Amino acid sequence: MTEPTSEQRTQSLQGLGCKRKRTEDIRFVQGKGNYVDDLKLPGTLYGDFVRSPYGHARIKGIDASKAKALPGVIAVLTAADLKPLNLHYMPTLAGDVAAVLAEDKVLYQNQEVAFVIAEDRYAAADAVELVEVDYEPLPVVVDPFKAMAPDAPVLREDLAGKTDGAHGKRKHHNHIFAWEMGDRGATDQAFTQAEVTIKELISYQRVHPCPLETCQCVASFDKVKGELTVWGTFQAPHVIRTVASLISKIPEHKVHVIAPDIGGGFGNKVGAYPGYICAVVASIVTGRPVKWVEDRTENLTTTSFARDYHMTAEIAANRDGRITALRVNVLADHGAFDACADPSKWPAGFFNIVTGSYDFPVAHVSVDGVYTNKAPGGVAYRCSFRVTEAAYCIERAMDILAQKLEMDPADLRMKNLIRREQFPYHSALGWEYDSGDYHTALQRAMNAVGYRQLRTEQQARLAAFRAGKTRELMGIGVAFFTEIVGAGPSRNCDILGIAMFDSAEIRIHPTGAVIARMGTKSQGQGHETTYAQIIASELGLPADDIIIEEGNTDTAPYGLGTYGSRSTPTAGAATAMAARKIRAKAQMIAAHLLEVSEYDLEWDVDRFRLKGNPESFKTMKEIAWAAYSNVPPGMEQGLEAVSYYDPPNMTFPFGAYISVVDVDVDTGVVKVRRFYALDDCGTRINPMIIEGQIHGGLTEAFAIAMGQEIHYDEDGNVTGPSLMDYFLPTAVETPKWETDWTTTPSPHHPIGAKGVGESPNVGGVPCFANAVNDAFRAFGSTHIAMPHDNWRTWTAADNLGLHAA
Amino acid sequence: MSKMQVSMTVNGTAVEARVEHRTLLIHFLRDHLNLTGPHIGCDTSHCGACTVDLDGKSVKSCTMFAVQADGASILTIEGITGADGTLHALQDGFREMHGLQCGFCTPGMITRAYRLLQENPHPTEEEIRFGISGNLCRCTGYQNIVKAVQYAAEKLGGKLKEAAE
Ligand code: FES
Ligand code: FES
Repeated sequence: MTEPTSEQRTQSLQGLGCKRKRTEDIRFVQGKGNYVDDLKLPGTLYGDFVRSPYGHARIKGIDASKAKALPGVIAVLTAADLKPLNLHYMPTLAGDVAAVLAEDKVLYQNQEVAFVIAEDRYAAADAVELVEVDYEPLPVVVDPFKAMAPDAPVLREDLAGKTDGAHGKRKHHNHIFAWEMGDRGATDQAFTQAEVTIKELISYQRVHPCPLETCQCVASFDKVKGELTVWGTFQAPHVIRTVASLISKIPEHKVHVIAPDIGGGFGNKVGAYPGYICAVVASIVTGRPVKWVEDRTENLTTTSFARDYHMTAEIAANRDGRITALRVNVLADHGAFDACADPSKWPAGFFNIVTGSYDFPVAHVSVDGVYTNKAPGGVAYRCSFRVTEAAYCIERAMDILAQKLEMDPADLRMKNLIRREQFPYHSALGWEYDSGDYHTALQRAMNAVGYRQLRTEQQARLAAFRAGKTRELMGIGVAFFTEIVGAGPSRNCDILGIAMFDSAEIRIHPTGAVIARMGTKSQGQGHETTYAQIIASELGLPADDIIIEEGNTDTAPYGLGTYGSRSTPTAGAATAMAARKIRAKAQMIAAHLLEVSEYDLEWDVDRFRLKGNPESFKTMKEIAWAAYSNVPPGMEQGLEAVSYYDPPNMTFPFGAYISVVDVDVDTGVVKVRRFYALDDCGTRINPMIIEGQIHGGLTEAFAIAMGQEIHYDEDGNVTGPSLMDYFLPTAVETPKWETDWTTTPSPHHPIGAKGVGESPNVGGVPCFANAVNDAFRAFGSTHIAMPHDNWRTWTAADNLGLHAA
Repeated sequence: MSKMQVSMTVNGTAVEARVEHRTLLIHFLRDHLNLTGPHIGCDTSHCGACTVDLDGKSVKSCTMFAVQADGASILTIEGITGADGTLHALQDGFREMHGLQCGFCTPGMITRAYRLLQENPHPTEEEIRFGISGNLCRCTGYQNIVKAVQYAAEKLGGKLKEAAE
């Protein structure tokens, strides 16, 4: 038998770059996943919340006596029960506090007021109905632009007299923070000297990530051992453990946090919610496991939200289209408590990526956060922190500038994109972009869709429309985005003081089989498959012989979790680094076995071989056995390593998207004819999974751009708090996606990968919005607000007089 | 709460139980029978995560009471896997075509597609998209789910056997 070639050996590893089928699918396709609500512990009790029907009201009394009398009801917790434990408020990631159960006042509709604990779900739900709460309604603030009016009602009475917030001075009783970045003076000056300027208020509506599985947990306190175990839908289980220990005062080694399979997260499952705290307290009080599972309405109205960013963008430019400055002022609606899930020093996330992919010589951005009578949150719904807001803002603003200059939007972008030779590129707002080749990407996208022909067709359509021969307009959306992911370097990123590194631990058994554990947590991204591919390539052991475990904080090394596309940039890097430590030891063992110097050996796919004599080698499998049986004198047995990886910089994936829509001006129906997405996420670990991530992200972008909104009426009611109204596209509405790629590796990542899961959402939203706006561009409309549902699109057409006979 | 006796066949096995009148079928399956394949994703009958096959029809099991299923024959994702552990062509298809990510919609989606292929063994792409439009997926964007169903339709060559019957 001849020895397989290196290509054959490489292929059999199923390592980097191959379309490996997913390990996790085998259980999922059989209904054998293990999600939180599947967990059944003997004696489990069920918790359910009594929630406020009002957006703002004083609580004058709570009478739970009827509820407590109901058979099967064990207890009803209120703020009065939590207060002695100092648990009626919990700290937020943003340096504020949030009510666990409302004490004197409720500040948003569906806020948690009491927690009923009962023998089963049904009894708990019955008891919720029987708790009587006496409310005195108060004036409501839902419009962030009215929150800082001098006579605006005081929302946070608990902050009375506090003029300093977590991020500096508060200017008003409903003000949270002011944050700025860039050179204000130089920017103002550029605007004074500008030949052309544009200014537009670009609002990104409040939306919700709405993963198919809601937030849920099971808490089980063992009174004898004094140990707490919590299974939950946690994107960042280690952080939850630390927070749980700090606020419960149970020592951290006695807190066991486990995130089992998670049914999608998209940012929704990063934070800590009252349900978790109440389940823990209830389990401590009753000595029994307590399960809390929110329903969809609770999910959409209480456990976080995303966006609600109101951005006034201005660009200064020369008449030839050269951009000279960017200025953005943002009003950020954070709801009733500042529970934004951002790295601690970044109250507006990485919004200073708002210069986008363009070479702005100067820029200035300022953000003011305000309280309103809406649910708290501000999570990064399938994006890195506030990056989709930034991308939407700059991509809309560039289109508006193109319109003013009477330039083609793609040509304007080509003129101003950061050039390949400028990388690493220092942006005017403080980032160092690691690598990129933007012009190639945009040109490739334009060629792929036949951009110039599309513009010609659009002109013809417009002429036909004006001649009364059609009622459909055509829109072409161009978007070029730069993501900033992989938070992040410890010098500027932490969560509650903990540096945002991530980790991997790899252990090789004597037979060459591997178990590896990471500090991240997949919610569908396929980590069990892709991390194994990294190890397979680094260590020359087949991916099928590698098990990946995440989510059990007792066994996995500490990590900061999965969100902001950080898994590959951080834990993926840690995986490669840990594997390289192992390979270094393996090389010494191989040298010992071959009785040569380790410097005479070279790595070849799955083995160390003697330089100049490839017949003489030891495979990784042989080395693994030797690591437990025949190590060099003085060396410890075993073959394992752990790595905590503190990335030197973020990574900056990018992409060029082009879409084509046909808009029926009489019905407002927008048909997506085509959507082409070119992504560059650096080195590609598994093209199949990347494509899947892009399909998913684009579909969420489609949902946001075309229909999603968590809307409050002026009394503080959420007007569409279920899937009846909240738009989740079905297979029928969802467009077909065309995907493409270029590969510009990250220079600082061990394998050059950048992360991809969220890029399509960042680029997709402005691409759809630009397409719809582009359809109306010829009629002088500069900006139509999202979401572009039929009614709004019809209204836009109507406002432009397109329905006149 | 008064209880009522129900009997039904679930994945080929006869089941008898006493349940409250108001117990939803999905809770009966998940909490009483430990069939945790079907999931719960909403409270308005929109998501289809709870889809099971009931007397030859796709049914959202969150939208009927267990007592209404008295006498019925029910198939869940657990029954779609062969008794010897072999995967159904749809289960293969979802893995081969990357038709799932978090897996939460998958049991309902496969169970729905199973009935769709009984009704229409050679569906067009449009028919597949329409046929699964009662099932929401937040992860995949559906494109690969469509391919997974096409893969299964091809593999089965229009010859479908009822599982567990
Ligand atoms: S749980 Fe959503 S349709 Fe049944
Ligand atoms: S795979 Fe996550 S909802 Fe479909």
